[in-house]
Amino acid sequence: MKVTIVDYNSGNISSVINSFEEVAKDKVNIEVTSDLEKIKTSDKLVLPGQGSFKSCVDALNKIDGLTETLNEFAINNKKPLLGICVGLQMFADVGYEETETNGLGWISGKVSKIDNQNGKFKLPHIGWNQINIVKKSKIFQNIENNSHMYFVHSYEFVPNDESVIVATTDYCSNIVCSVEKENIFGTQFHPEKSDKIGLKIIDNFINL
Amino acid sequence: MLKNRIIPCLDVKNGRVVKGINFVDLKDAGDPVEQAKIYSDGGADEICFLDITASNENRDTIYDVVKRTSKKCFVPLTVGGGIRSIEDINKLLNCGADKVSINTAAVKNSKVVLDSSKKFGSQCIVVAIDAKKKGDKWEVFTHGGRNNSGIDALEYAKKMEENGAGELLVTSMDRDGTQIGYDVELMNKIASKVNIPLIASGGVGNLDHLVDGIKLGNASAVLAASIFHYGKHSVKEAKEYLDSKGIPVRI
Repeated sequence: MKVTIVDYNSGNISSVINSFEEVAKDKVNIEVTSDLEKIKTSDKLVLPGQGSFKSCVDALNKIDGLTETLNEFAINNKKPLLGICVGLQMFADVGYEETETNGLGWISGKVSKIDNQNGKFKLPHIGWNQINIVKKSKIFQNIENNSHMYFVHSYEFVPNDESVIVATTDYCSNIVCSVEKENIFGTQFHPEKSDKIGLKIIDNFINL
Repeated sequence: MLKNRIIPCLDVKNGRVVKGINFVDLKDAGDPVEQAKIYSDGGADEICFLDITASNENRDTIYDVVKRTSKKCFVPLTVGGGIRSIEDINKLLNCGADKVSINTAAVKNSKVVLDSSKKFGSQCIVVAIDAKKKGDKWEVFTHGGRNNSGIDALEYAKKMEENGAGELLVTSMDRDGTQIGYDVELMNKIASKVNIPLIASGGVGNLDHLVDGIKLGNASAVLAASIFHYGKHSVKEAKEYLDSKGIPVRI
């Protein structure tokens, strides 16, 4: 099996690579690339993302044919894909960070700034927060409800269809922190930085 | 609920830990990677390395340390000390650091913060402020506390937030190394002034000081070095103590 981490200059992805390699050991082949052919022949994709929604979408679009290849992989061929942080946010139709920017449109909804109640809550939402699992998901297998995950973000994904929500976290309000739609999975938190419990989520994804 | 973080800090010089945990079962007590692993296994919410390597020829040692640590520790890793340019930041992030903390370079040229937060995202840019009390104000010091910039710490903190810093690491130079507790007045003043999280540093001598940093200093995270060294307190003990005082922590 080959799991590919899509390297599209979306910021620092070393930790994502390290965590996947740690979990995969020698059982699974982890590839890090933006090569379209290699992406197409992968069994699973990981779409990381750091920085702003706009900078990530711009970086995707900079690589000729990448968006189309991702569409083909996730939408047409329905192969498993995991989006992390802004990687998840880009599933949305539109994001409002910096300026209004279209996303991949895989899961209908928008990405907007967390309402921190006029400064009552600090932003970014940084640190360990508990997740409330609202729906069974394969990537949360053997993950206890209320587990702690590591978050760093100021924007949240608001899906139109609530049935895609797998988990939420409480910060200012209930923030969507994991979604699943058929073969598409996403976490707003960083499993690669969430210690053993985060690595378990990565393991679950690899073992799908 | 978001938890308050405990961040043990290790001083690293020429790739070796200067102080550190002195456990008998450590194969190499001077290896930062082994020490970081003990902290992360013990429940540290993040790990911080402060590179205090003085000579330029040995500066590359930190890259190797970061590379090896990031393959073993799966909690956020912050690296500070001697960061001067976007290129330095890029190198550290590529080695596996999750955040960098910028001190002197940010005072000299605040554009470094602006440019790096644009390029890498605010989430990985921590601005470290070394402040010393003067009258009823605090002034920002650089070069490891040796030079006074004369800049007002509160105004500087606000400016760094505007420039895109994701967090502030505030160290009281008056308290650093004294073990008499954080300057909670300074912490609280800055924390109230900015909307980004504040990490309190400098002066921790016992577990009550950690409580004060959060309750009185209004810090989102508390950083400490020496109380975790030589096994005086474990991270786990610290967390249990904070928990007993009603502070939300990840246990």
